[in-house]
Amino acid sequence: MTWYKRTESGIQTSIRRDVPAGLWIKCEGCAEIFHRTQWRERAYTCPHCGYHQQIGSEEYFELLFDEDSGEEFNGHLRPVDRLGFVDRKPYTQRLLEAQRETGLMEAVRTAVGLIHGRAAIVACMDFAFIGGSMGSVVGEKIARAIDRARQEGLPLIIISQSGGARMMESALSLMQMAKTSAKLAELAEARVPYFSVLTHPTTGGVTASYAMLGDVNIAEPGALIGFAGPRVIKQTIGSELPKGFQRAEFLLEHGFVDMVVHRTQLKATLAHLIDLFLG
Amino acid sequence: MNYLDFERPIAELEEKIREMRLLAESTGSDLTAEIDRLERRVQELRERTYRNLTRWQRVQLARHPDRPYTLDYIHLMTTGFVELHGDRCFADDPAIVGGLAKFNGRTVLVVGHQKGRDVKSRQYRRFGMPNPEGYRKALRLMKLAAKFNKPIISFLDTPGAYPGLEAEERGQAEAIARNLLEMSRLPVPIVVCVIGEGGSGGALGIGVGDRILMQENAWYSVISPESCSAILWRSWDYKEQAAEALKLTAQDLFELGIVDRIVAEPLGGAHRNPQEAARLLAEAIEEALTELLPKDPETLIRERREKYSRMGAWIETYL
Ligand SMILES: [Zn+2]
Repeated sequence: MTWYKRTESGIQTSIRRDVPAGLWIKCEGCAEIFHRTQWRERAYTCPHCGYHQQIGSEEYFELLFDEDSGEEFNGHLRPVDRLGFVDRKPYTQRLLEAQRETGLMEAVRTAVGLIHGRAAIVACMDFAFIGGSMGSVVGEKIARAIDRARQEGLPLIIISQSGGARMMESALSLMQMAKTSAKLAELAEARVPYFSVLTHPTTGGVTASYAMLGDVNIAEPGALIGFAGPRVIKQTIGSELPKGFQRAEFLLEHGFVDMVVHRTQLKATLAHLIDLFLG
Repeated sequence: MNYLDFERPIAELEEKIREMRLLAESTGSDLTAEIDRLERRVQELRERTYRNLTRWQRVQLARHPDRPYTLDYIHLMTTGFVELHGDRCFADDPAIVGGLAKFNGRTVLVVGHQKGRDVKSRQYRRFGMPNPEGYRKALRLMKLAAKFNKPIISFLDTPGAYPGLEAEERGQAEAIARNLLEMSRLPVPIVVCVIGEGGSGGALGIGVGDRILMQENAWYSVISPESCSAILWRSWDYKEQAAEALKLTAQDLFELGIVDRIVAEPLGGAHRNPQEAARLLAEAIEEALTELLPKDPETLIRERREKYSRMGAWIETYL
């Protein structure tokens, strides 16, 4: 059972899983133990406490796309160290390590496929790749996914999980915020719907660009979503943060997401929204 | 005048010259030759120092407490400024100012981050760190400019958007994101001037435009050198190295294709001669407007979109 069909050369499907290996899974939320099959059937959420395990693009594509319907595109875009950035280790080394550890080439993958029979473009970020940070390749792949959605008139879904813009590409990363937002303005003018799915965690420059700009913003339960990170805010105000601060439910209450959707309902919700917008 | 650590030798010589002038005055003795000699020496020292600044030293100049801020430039280069307040939703944010003014005879909309000069006004202006209502006020004003077909001049000078509890409650991320989207399609020319600190998304939030000008001692980056040091080096002590790594100067950004023009400052920084700094900046703004004003809105927007489309560095490999 696979979500994809292999047509474009140069696209390699990732072999890695961020999700824990083994037959028996211990929930990170409530420490309950259950069988992997049960867990996968529940879209990697805990059957006891509802905890949403962080998952990557491979799992999301599998979750959303009908069998054999998905096709990745622009997998040939690769990061490059334009600044010659070195901190404790060179950026080139960080990239190689991330690529080796995750089996991914960058922190986002883009694909076209069917969601309960409805064609859509899906871009999905991978937190496992340098904290899901947005550098030039992430910005460019998102931009091209938006272009394709506009050209083909297909609804766009972006699943975000990111610590923000990538430091090692400095101002080039920062400008991806402007690039992707400008592309979304074009998509809006073409009246093609965009559904933003915010997962744990989505912060910084990704929240402050495409993740907040959906026609419908959908958050996963308990996801941390914000601009500044909680640690920085705690430093600023000099006291503890209120319980539930910057969580999905908090954003719903303050009017910045339209709905909080359990992952097991994500595919059905998106399919329904596509019907409502395009029907 | 406030001096930075690396300016100490210059400060000492300047002080010596002052003392000699006082001495000559009070004793009536002729020290002209000696004073001239020292003047030449200090000028050589200034040239040597300011022509070879490290990236961190430029960050320090960008943060110089005497550096001209947005309202200084507005007053130095425009007339008849009328400040407009409030986002019409929640509040007026003093960390962003804006309004209408005359620039070289035509009405323009000016907007920019605003820092305070003394303890009280620094707090009032929140050190130039906007809340969401600041970004929303800026957008309201820019839409006003679009409605009445006035070009926009935006001044960037912020350490970043304010990382506060209420800022998050009121949607800091949404406010910035909305501005990025809307600024990309405003049907009037937008000239952006980075005049001090270009602190990440907080700066970019009013920084999308057709021409990006940057003063030679300003910095612009995805993160401040201090925070970068704290995260990547896990210590606050590597800010100099972080500044180097981040390639955050006007020259760097020009080479990266993000900044269109580097605007010269008086030797030693804009604060040494604010009038001259404003004249140089106004000249660059005027040239940009002269190029942009004849363009019809469709061309303007298309070219702006293409400009941002090109930004970034990647490779395309078919294996
Ligand atoms: Zn659980």
